[in-house]
Amino acid sequence: MDSLNAIVALANFVLVPGIAYGAQLALGALGVTLIYGILRFSNFAHGDTMAFGTMFVILITWGFQSVGISAGPLPTALLALPFGIILTGLVLLGTDRVVYRFYRRTRVKPVVFVMVSLGVMFIMNGLTRFIIGPGDQRFADGERFLISARDFKEMTGLKEGLAIKTTQGITVITAIVVVAILFWFLNRTRTGKSMRAFSDNEDLALLSGINPERVVMYTWLIVAALATIAGTLYGLDKSFKPFTYFQLLLPIFAAAIVGGLGSPLGAIAGGFLIAFAEVTVTYAWKKVATYVLPEALAPDGLAQLLSTDYKFAVSFAILIIVLLFKPTGLFKGKSV
Amino acid sequence: MKKLLLATTATALMATGAFADGHAKDVKIGIILGFTGPIESITPMMADGAEVAMKEVSDSGMLLDGATVTPVRADSTCTDAAAATAAAERLVTSDGVKGIMGADCSGVTGAILANVALANGIVMVSPSATSPGLSTAEDNGLFFRTAPSDARQGVVMTEVLMDQGIKSVALTYTNNDYGKGLADAFQAAFEGAGGEVTISASHEDGKADYSAEVGALASAGGDRLVVAGYVDQGGSGIVRAALDTGAFDTFHFPDGMISAKLVENFGSEIDGSSGQHPGTDSPGAARYTELVAGAFDATSPFSPESYDAAALIMLAMQAAGSMEPGDYKDKIMDVANAPGTEIFPGELGKALELIKAGEDIDYVGASAVELIGPGESAGNYREVTYEGGEEKTAQYR
Repeated sequence: MDSLNAIVALANFVLVPGIAYGAQLALGALGVTLIYGILRFSNFAHGDTMAFGTMFVILITWGFQSVGISAGPLPTALLALPFGIILTGLVLLGTDRVVYRFYRRTRVKPVVFVMVSLGVMFIMNGLTRFIIGPGDQRFADGERFLISARDFKEMTGLKEGLAIKTTQGITVITAIVVVAILFWFLNRTRTGKSMRAFSDNEDLALLSGINPERVVMYTWLIVAALATIAGTLYGLDKSFKPFTYFQLLLPIFAAAIVGGLGSPLGAIAGGFLIAFAEVTVTYAWKKVATYVLPEALAPDGLAQLLSTDYKFAVSFAILIIVLLFKPTGLFKGKSV
Repeated sequence: MKKLLLATTATALMATGAFADGHAKDVKIGIILGFTGPIESITPMMADGAEVAMKEVSDSGMLLDGATVTPVRADSTCTDAAAATAAAERLVTSDGVKGIMGADCSGVTGAILANVALANGIVMVSPSATSPGLSTAEDNGLFFRTAPSDARQGVVMTEVLMDQGIKSVALTYTNNDYGKGLADAFQAAFEGAGGEVTISASHEDGKADYSAEVGALASAGGDRLVVAGYVDQGGSGIVRAALDTGAFDTFHFPDGMISAKLVENFGSEIDGSSGQHPGTDSPGAARYTELVAGAFDATSPFSPESYDAAALIMLAMQAAGSMEPGDYKDKIMDVANAPGTEIFPGELGKALELIKAGEDIDYVGASAVELIGPGESAGNYREVTYEGGEEKTAQYR
């Protein structure tokens, strides 16, 4: 019984939140890694692209709610998601046309691109705050829980409760579907193959008749979809605030770099690695240890490695260690 | 320009004439509050409150045989100690104020006290600085406050919890002077009373997700979670995450959390929780609202305390028969506390008359003022409970 309680407590505070957070980071890191692989620069505007896309979704969700459209037990935001993706795609294509294309034609160094993306980041940041405001926005509706802690306790008679939020379930399912579609697209379709070819060797790809502007366009559209989905899932699960999306940039980049920049598989692995590192290092293990260990060995203290305030320090530390010892990342991406 | 000059001269002449007629003295009192900065939304009502008291006294014509009181406003910024010190210095040296109603935030209040009030021997009465640190600050008897110290709230909070038979709590606080001060005060009081604080962990405001913080709190355990945060900030996030994960069902809320917003956010999910915030069932608050008569929002936080702070300064001047801070500083405790006739808002004229006749007064004012220890409000708290998704008044302490 005690070991069951320990597993449930661990699942409730570490596994479930870790998996959901990892899926959100993985989707974000996929976007970063795609841009790095195909367009060859680190897109600092990615966090704010997520915020921008989520903002569209929220505005459309509010519109739906006001005319009474809902998805029953599921959040209305899922219905608004496709529209949000289209709008974000248009914005990104517009940004590319107005800003990035000029620098691509003049073949500037990647570091100039990074600075340009920094500028785009500030503009998107400002626009998001201007349009929807800097405060918290809640837009989740529908059923809140798949299993609530109270129901779980009554069902199983255990001392510990396990809560799974609807949004956590949706996050994981959506992430699996999106990743499956993305890999199918990259590996099986003509456009996907041309994108990979362009990523592997730009000149060779050009010689074999691949239209670079088409590849760039598809990349931005896929990135728009990934960013909007990741942002919306994060916002549904937690809450939407422009500043927290800007802060997400650090764990997302850490995830992409740990996995290996340019490697989609690495981005997913990196996302979960960073998420679980953040959650496990800052978790107080006292409760779990008390259940599992014999009474004499049970800890008096909290058995917490780092205070939760240092959550971001964990992704920083992992980032530095990887850059020092394995700059290409776990899955042999490009070195930074 | 010529016209302006003429008008100014004329006004000055007339003013001089008026003063000469009444043989009256003019007393200047400084109002130093954060008119810009993090609490700029409530300081206008605080200043208005103090000015209502000054106008009432001037109109009565009873202070020091017909002296008038003129308020002089200055900006404390709430956060910038250097700017606040400069503003207070200006009030004292160039405006020549005889007392200061202020400052507001604990940090700048301490700075003004140390740098300006002590150096110039000026009396300060703060309506809203609640940091326990100010109780022990060196003040030469010049510093008073009509707001209670958070050390007091820690004690009241302990009493509320102990009365419900709760001996073990987890504690989380917002990571700033208010949260830390209150959490430390509470922990000391609670452990002193034989209770156990299983964990005292800070949380940062403005995060999207508090499940990691709640994980640590849940692991430490406790019968109840004490949330010393802000309802518009991380406090609500913590409560949400604790409810979602089933970590805690009931909570205890200090003043930063008690608001209509809390009930709106959580409804019946927090049934069985408790809390307290400064509040009084004394008729003074209603009398104050009546006196203000809709000119501004009299129930705004610390507006009644501001009225009381200004009133105490003027009543003490009357009791000392002098407007010099060195003379009246010792009288503030006398006029604020029993014995004597109870004085409510709108009765300042009567109070001045009584004092002149040599009688004692007990100033109750808008916030049931009772000064204790080093000259700070004893503090009246309203204990609340949550039942059926509503906030209910349990009792006053």
